[in-house]
Amino acid sequence: MTTFLPLLATESPVAVPGIFEIVWIVPAIMAASFVAILLFSKRLSIPAHWIGIPAIMASFLFALAIAGNWIAYVGDVADSHDSGGEALAFVDGDPELAAASADDEHGKSIGVSCLTDDANHADDGHSDEESLAPAALGFVEEGEAPHVSPCPVVTQVTWFENGGSAASGGSDIQVGTMVDGQSVMLLVVVTFISMLVHIFSTDYVAGDRRYTHYFAFLSLFTASMLFFVLSSSTLQMIVGWELVGVCSFALIGHWWEDKPNSDAALKAFLTNRVGDIGLLIGMIILYFAAGRTFDIRAINEAAVTGAISQNTLMVAALCLLAAVMSKSGQFILHTWLPDAMAGPTPVSALIHAATMVVAGVYLIGRLYPVFYVGFDIEGSTINPLALVGGITCVGGGMLAFVQRDIKKVLAYSTVSQLGYMVLALGVGAYTAGMFHLFTHAIFKACLFLGAGSVSHACHHSFDMKADMGGLKQYMPKTFWTFVIASGALAGIPPLAGFWSKDEILVGAGVWPGTGGNGTYYLPFLFGMLTAAMTAAYMTRVIWLTFFGRYRGHAHPHESGNRITVPLIILAVGAVFAGFLNVPKVLPVLGSRIGLWFEEMVEPAGIATFPVIDHGKPSFSLAIVATLLALGAATLVYVYYKRLYAKDAMATDYTDSFVAKNRFIRAGHTLLVEKYYLDHLYTGTIAGSTKGWMAQAAYWFNQNVLDGFIDRVGSGTTATGRFIYKYIDQGAIDGAVNGSGLGASQSGEILRKVQSGRVRQYASLMFGAATVLAAVFIIAV
Amino acid sequence: MFLNQFLFLAAILFCIGVYGVLTRKNGVLVLMSIELILNAVNINLVAFGSFNQDIAGQVFALFIIAVAAAEVGVGLAIVLLIYRNRRSIDVSEADLLQG
Repeated sequence: MTTFLPLLATESPVAVPGIFEIVWIVPAIMAASFVAILLFSKRLSIPAHWIGIPAIMASFLFALAIAGNWIAYVGDVADSHDSGGEALAFVDGDPELAAASADDEHGKSIGVSCLTDDANHADDGHSDEESLAPAALGFVEEGEAPHVSPCPVVTQVTWFENGGSAASGGSDIQVGTMVDGQSVMLLVVVTFISMLVHIFSTDYVAGDRRYTHYFAFLSLFTASMLFFVLSSSTLQMIVGWELVGVCSFALIGHWWEDKPNSDAALKAFLTNRVGDIGLLIGMIILYFAAGRTFDIRAINEAAVTGAISQNTLMVAALCLLAAVMSKSGQFILHTWLPDAMAGPTPVSALIHAATMVVAGVYLIGRLYPVFYVGFDIEGSTINPLALVGGITCVGGGMLAFVQRDIKKVLAYSTVSQLGYMVLALGVGAYTAGMFHLFTHAIFKACLFLGAGSVSHACHHSFDMKADMGGLKQYMPKTFWTFVIASGALAGIPPLAGFWSKDEILVGAGVWPGTGGNGTYYLPFLFGMLTAAMTAAYMTRVIWLTFFGRYRGHAHPHESGNRITVPLIILAVGAVFAGFLNVPKVLPVLGSRIGLWFEEMVEPAGIATFPVIDHGKPSFSLAIVATLLALGAATLVYVYYKRLYAKDAMATDYTDSFVAKNRFIRAGHTLLVEKYYLDHLYTGTIAGSTKGWMAQAAYWFNQNVLDGFIDRVGSGTTATGRFIYKYIDQGAIDGAVNGSGLGASQSGEILRKVQSGRVRQYASLMFGAATVLAAVFIIAV
Repeated sequence: MFLNQFLFLAAILFCIGVYGVLTRKNGVLVLMSIELILNAVNINLVAFGSFNQDIAGQVFALFIIAVAAAEVGVGLAIVLLIYRNRRSIDVSEADLLQG
């Protein structure tokens, strides 16, 4: 039984750090860098990275400063609620809200509204009073200190006016920045990974024919992603969403001279268009449902307080889910993501592993109340979000087994891990999903950059079976960082991935004693299966790449410092990032920094976020999941160990039961053909529609369009003839010829006057003067 | 007072000048006739100036003398060039500008 005691917090308000109002500088730096590189780099022959790297470093430092301020601010707000903790009746809030929360049968409160300070940051005139933290009502749970998060700090300007502000009944479109735990977290991740990728790229794409273009688009991509992350309205999110899509298109097709690369770019772009329709429809539904506003806070609060009906939210959430599926590579729209590996490897690391593809996950987090309420995540056993995530993580993981290309394995692994994040959000484990996003960005960037380092050493081949093997002795730094990151991905304690994956499994609420929101059996099963598969396919990759004997024809060597240093930094991150959110029950660390990440990122006690339950961590679950992963890894290890003992150059058994069994062969073929999804899309769907659509279009073209155009054409010709005959030849030419004729005839007459004889002129002049004098004398 | 006499003198000079311009074929004599016309005007100006007790008449006469000197300079140069080209200064023969 819990009771809720509202706390009056207005007595010790916390000032909002001023830096939150100028966060727009972070994307602005990168946008300026993009323009500067395009305009000046070639003309003044400045290497593009001399502009790009200082810009991204400045952005990163700025992001760190914002993060520091946010950490302090969260602490201050929490303290102010603790100290001002005199229990009072509902004082300062909306009476209806207070009544609703008191009557809530689940005993859950909605939290304080974040919209009361709407005007604070809307315009430039913010006085001291206005920039105070909003008055908040805290709710005390028995035996546990309340944690009240600050409201998102929004700084907005009116983009264009549409009948006044939301408060006065109009719907002005406002744009601005929104600083909260989620955006600050991603701000740091994006700038951090982008900085390392910039440094990595100076070596990796050195001498490329479009070096300047490459760095310009890295800058633009970073700017777009930061713009998306900091958006305060759904309209801005759409803009940012499309911007990252365009940059992705440009960077996948960086080497567009090869047809497959430009095809991959087109595929990524077009697949994303499918989801974008869902995004647009979903955002429009939310715009009207929330009372004609694009404000994310307003939409979220309307969803939490029940101002929007659950059915509406569900439809909106389904539409948004389509967008998430395309951008975040969820089954069945994931097919573009592995093809996107056609781009340069650092781009794959930045865009298709660490940042852009998590835009979909970020979108779910941004509008979490919409999904949470719409899909009734609390207390159900299955929902679309968890199902899509579950299928994706298993389906992607299985595909990773049959790839020859090291980047494709990582791409499918990314698909699988994105599925994990969506699954986490689907089962109500918000922080776990966000934390997995955070740790995954670090170790997946490390893996991709490691793959880039490997291919850099092997003549830019990514084929593990033909051109790799035994690279451990040649490139020790790349090997060790790759192994650490793989361990993190596979969830080996105490590396980063272990902690985030464990929290997701806990969040599913199936394992005895974990609790959480609802009991999601199927997603939990998928999650466990994926944990085992991840460990197995990463072992396969490491074995094929680094163990055995070298099978290629190059002379592999360790990469330079600009490649290995980012790898080492990321590997260190892959070791330690997980400690940011260890469970509180963990000995030693738990009591000191337990759930620090959750405290910073997850909103609590405010109305823009649903009240969600948190699962209780379970040692037995952690041990079982780890054993599963280690067992799967050992199995693969033994498989290759025995293979290697038989034949030092082999990469597959040719005579095992896998090769002989018909059903297993069929399964293998299914995986190699990627579940025939590409055949379905290009062959079946496109093939069956393009035939009659082309015919219909041809008929329409011939009969309707051409008929119309023919009429227009013949009409124009007739008009032209008429004009030529009568107007041009008759009137205009007549006038021209007539004036010419007149001039020549009058000239003929007048030339006789021009005799050239001086005395004749003089006599005319004196004659005229005499006449003039006579006129004067007579007239005057 | 004496104004009429001066005006008569000027009119006679003017008529002689016009006659010379219209009848003489010699370019130099045409120029000299023009000088006569200008001097007739000068006499008029000075006479009216004296009659009206106004110094402006004499000032304008001085200007005309200066301008006449310039005009003669240019005119004589043209006559000289015509002579060089045609070995003749007969103005009735210089009719190249006829239309």
